Amino acid sequence: MQKINETEVKSTTCYMCACRCGINVHLKNNRIKYIEGNPNHPVNKGVLCAKGSAGIMQHYSPARLTAPMKRIGPRGSGEFEEISWDEAMEIATEKLRKVREKDPKKLAFFTGRDQSQALTGWFSAKFGTHNYAAHGGFCSVNMAAAGLYTIGGSFWEFGEPDWHKTKYFMMFGVAEDHDSNPIKKGIGTIKSRKGTKYISVNPVQSGYAAIADEWLSIRPGTDGLFIGALIAELLKAEKIDWQFLTRYTNSPWLVIDNPGAAYHGLFARDGDGTPLCFDTNENKITPMRVGKTKPAMVGEYTLDDGTKAVPAFQHVIKEFLCDKYKLSEVEKQTGIAAEDIERIAAEMAQVAFSEEIVIDMPWTDSYGNKHDQVIGRPVSFHAMRGIAAHKNGFETCRMLHMLQMLLGAIDGPGSFRYKPPFPRPCPPHKKMAKASAQPLGSLALEPLGFPAGPEDLAVDKNGEPTRLDKAFSWEYPLAIHGMMHMALHNAWAGDPYKVDVLMMYMANMAWNSSMNVKNAIKYMTDKDPETNEYKIPYIIYSDAFYSETVPYADLILPDTTYLERWDAISMLDRPIGTAEAAADSIRQPVIEPDRDVRPFQDVVLDLGARLGLAGMVDEDGNALYPGGYSDYLANHERAPGVGPLSGWRGKDGKSQGKGEPNPDQLQKYVDNGCYWEFQLKEEEQYNRFANQAYLETATKMGWMGSPEPIVLNMYNEMLQKFHLAADGYGDHVPPDHAKERIKKYFNPVATWYAPQEHVDNNSDEYPLSALTQRPAHMYHSWGGQNAWLRQITSRNYLYVNGNWAKNNDIEDLDWVWVKSPHGEVKVQVKYMNGLNEGTVWTWNAIGKRRGAWALDENSPEYKKAFLLNHVISENLMSDDGEIRSNSDPVTGQGAWFDTRVKIEKATDQSNDETVPLFDQFKAHTKHDRPDTLRYGFEKDMTFEEYERSLGTKKELTE
Amino acid sequence: MTCLPEKTDKKLGLLIDLNICVGCHACAVNCKEWNTSGITGPMEDLKPYGDDPSGVWYNRIHSYEFKKENEVDRTVYFPKSCLHCEDAPCVTVCPTGASLKRAEDGIVLVNPDVCIGCKLCSWACPYGAREYDTSAGVMQKCTLCVDKIYDETIDEERRVPSCVSTCPAGARHFGDFANPKSNVSVLAAENDARDLFPEMDTKPVNQYLPPQKREHNEGKKLDQKVSTVKDALLKWATLDFSG
Repeated sequence: MQKINETEVKSTTCYMCACRCGINVHLKNNRIKYIEGNPNHPVNKGVLCAKGSAGIMQHYSPARLTAPMKRIGPRGSGEFEEISWDEAMEIATEKLRKVREKDPKKLAFFTGRDQSQALTGWFSAKFGTHNYAAHGGFCSVNMAAAGLYTIGGSFWEFGEPDWHKTKYFMMFGVAEDHDSNPIKKGIGTIKSRKGTKYISVNPVQSGYAAIADEWLSIRPGTDGLFIGALIAELLKAEKIDWQFLTRYTNSPWLVIDNPGAAYHGLFARDGDGTPLCFDTNENKITPMRVGKTKPAMVGEYTLDDGTKAVPAFQHVIKEFLCDKYKLSEVEKQTGIAAEDIERIAAEMAQVAFSEEIVIDMPWTDSYGNKHDQVIGRPVSFHAMRGIAAHKNGFETCRMLHMLQMLLGAIDGPGSFRYKPPFPRPCPPHKKMAKASAQPLGSLALEPLGFPAGPEDLAVDKNGEPTRLDKAFSWEYPLAIHGMMHMALHNAWAGDPYKVDVLMMYMANMAWNSSMNVKNAIKYMTDKDPETNEYKIPYIIYSDAFYSETVPYADLILPDTTYLERWDAISMLDRPIGTAEAAADSIRQPVIEPDRDVRPFQDVVLDLGARLGLAGMVDEDGNALYPGGYSDYLANHERAPGVGPLSGWRGKDGKSQGKGEPNPDQLQKYVDNGCYWEFQLKEEEQYNRFANQAYLETATKMGWMGSPEPIVLNMYNEMLQKFHLAADGYGDHVPPDHAKERIKKYFNPVATWYAPQEHVDNNSDEYPLSALTQRPAHMYHSWGGQNAWLRQITSRNYLYVNGNWAKNNDIEDLDWVWVKSPHGEVKVQVKYMNGLNEGTVWTWNAIGKRRGAWALDENSPEYKKAFLLNHVISENLMSDDGEIRSNSDPVTGQGAWFDTRVKIEKATDQSNDETVPLFDQFKAHTKHDRPDTLRYGFEKDMTFEEYERSLGTKKELTE
Repeated sequence: MTCLPEKTDKKLGLLIDLNICVGCHACAVNCKEWNTSGITGPMEDLKPYGDDPSGVWYNRIHSYEFKKENEVDRTVYFPKSCLHCEDAPCVTVCPTGASLKRAEDGIVLVNPDVCIGCKLCSWACPYGAREYDTSAGVMQKCTLCVDKIYDETIDEERRVPSCVSTCPAGARHFGDFANPKSNVSVLAAENDARDLFPEMDTKPVNQYLPPQKREHNEGKKLDQKVSTVKDALLKWATLDFSG
């Protein structure tokens, strides 16, 4: 009846942010009519956020690049000439070929919110450079690293709260993002039923925090103290899941207590390597046998060789019952009242231990013990950048996982639950390359992986970094996502060395993705006075849009939009899925490009073939994947039977997880709504760290190497190995300059320490913490040019606590200077009372640079909106007096949220423009930019005809 | 002027739960993308890439802070679109019959082919829920996705307004308020649903669930069994941890 809705519907995967929701795209006359959430998709089950819903305007953005370009003016001018793809590929190939012939590490390849890291990382390895990373190092690596090194999983793609059964949910930070729709759906599920309490621990009461049942206005950077105080309360009251701790964690394992010895702090093991415990039944030290041994959790015992040893748990007790976590002290530092902490600990204990969820379901653990029931302690947590983006973030994130373990609230009904392929061993069994390859060589290991001890670091014989970004060095040993935020600086400074080519993909490093915009621009434009060459000699950049970074590149390889390409959301990369099912998905092109652009993944494979890289060409040097990325997705095998996609493998398409390549695989995905889901049996859905049935399935599917149980780390022996190395023990010891830092920051039991900016001499002069977050409708920055979204937000304000502002003579909408030791920015303030008094915040990445994103030169994004990045620095004076990265000393995570500022009222209130305003570069004018946009389609009928077609219509006009 | 139906067979409308809305704007943008290509579209955008971008939105999200006694300030997100009032002043004020309330389901619509753009309806609406299309010179507004909810080519469970099907948090419900057993009537009855501006006597069909008071178990705390490391080591040396 209604011709108006006659459309062709194609499924694919959204890429307006990093959540990877399934979408159905409605097309009419080869134009996009409507994008909706795919009702069957495991990630979003039919919903779609504001950003995803604005995909039409992203796809038709006037900022879309239209053809390859070669820079003809100076860097930063925006002067380009369009060239052919043939020429562009020849230039890129020649540049890269020279690097590879000379020294492969002189290619630094950094990608941003790249969802094809399984490809780009593999390309780097085959090229021979280990100077590769994506954006995780300046995003949320603390959360990922702490989780993987503690419980074999973390939040977001690693696991999720059991939204349907949890009775107590606490969320740290996470203003309005990470991950967007699943969290909204989850919170909505909780709030739609009675009896589940939702607590938000967040300095800012907006977005998700606004609908919390309780809001705890915590001071930034002190979350670990709050968690530690909760742990102390639970310990003192003996509200602890002793059984969980003895069975599934290393709490009862004996730790050698022999200060000054090479093995101090390591586990005591028998000749087979089995950890020892003290069995209270037999009253002697025995190998730990779960379910058979009755281990002691405290006490001092003497090993056969006379050495003393104590259960690991004793170290936990000593940490958390110390004065640091005293309620009065914690109240002073966090701003959370002591009686609130006491009450919350009591509420948690009540739910965990008096409202447990019991499912009658037989299961067998990895140690051969049979159980009749699954017991859940329905307290759940979620956290992301809020606790991660601090210099103490790794420790804070670990403490949160320790709290979960103490409550026994991991992978049970109602608690946090892993998403397959997690949990993985702590740490996962994947080592990374320690150095780049020889000329024309390839790497056997990929650039990123998981060090399992000092011997795995990427350092040279002097213990100094081999990577450009210094990830995996003694300065940042567990930088498992790399440190992209240091790449520009280090390449410019030649510290540890210079590079010849910097290649980047969808990373806005000349703007909001750099901690220090002014310097990032300097790094890209500075010339060597002797040669008059740029210090970073050649920059290749791929992006779909004319972002702030484009004008700084020498060669532009224009990418497609997300609706014009094949892609895989691979289990080899950052998987999707749910607690009940493993899943992966694809993007398919739903519309043909109308510009001379190519998907970057096709370009990478083409470059690889032109360079003759192993795995990308056959014996005769012909491209192995002439069909581009889709060819690769269906036919590439990373290991026998293991490819980018897990569904419909095998010649007949009937294998899952592992199996031969299937030429029809992509069509199967398309037919199934562009995703694959592998449902776990109910008995495989809980206690997966030691669930024999699950671990066997995981091994069969290729997620685990073997069905060994994963022991959760209350005590982290590997961190102690680093500590011992700094004491001079072992074959791999840090250089002198790194020793004190390693000793201070590598602790087997997580501990809280104040972020440097909060304690150094600046804290009195700069009394406020300064934070950023993303609006939900602009979660992830590409989107500022979006015609619909910018009607919602085209400028930002600095939100200040109203009481604080009044006491400091700052009025609502005043212009003020925000100053830090690193810079200053002029902004307009707004009052907000649901805000921690010692904190100011703003929306990130609303501010744009004039010339970028194809906006009018008077746009508010240019003139009134601002970046807080101008008061942050990627380098800081460290506590040891050295200039070091503004990052977590364990993982290298960019410590954005440690920023401290002061605020001064601007003397001239009549000038209503932000400062600094950067020079305008040449704008992108390849598309029409209408003054009035009327997006839509010709009508098939009049309104009256349409309305009549619906049913009865009564004429009611007088 | 234009008459209202004496009675409508159904009262289709929205129930919006302000305890769940996180202000994410998904409803507003998904509404825009559906309706700009819908029967009353396009929904214009003025200076979409210019210095002061604005446009037609059938649904807008407002946010503000409010303070209740003994509570800290709270942020409330308040999505607002046409409330499809039973006594819709925007209909009775219309000189051409363009503004109409459907007898069969109570949906208030504007017929763009008849609208003369006099804007009387937008003056009459106490909620500011009407949007003027400057290019075509006609009034526009929420249609409850009348071109979606009756479309039998769409899966039955998706035959709801786009703001409802897209809402990530599940804060929006669609149904027939005339049927006391409908999802919206039951939710409204169980949860203290409110009319917006009841004093205006417009009898809005859309209802809101207001933010609930935050309640805590004040004074609750755990009994301490041990208080120092020494206590713990002593007491737990003899505790039975087995299981």
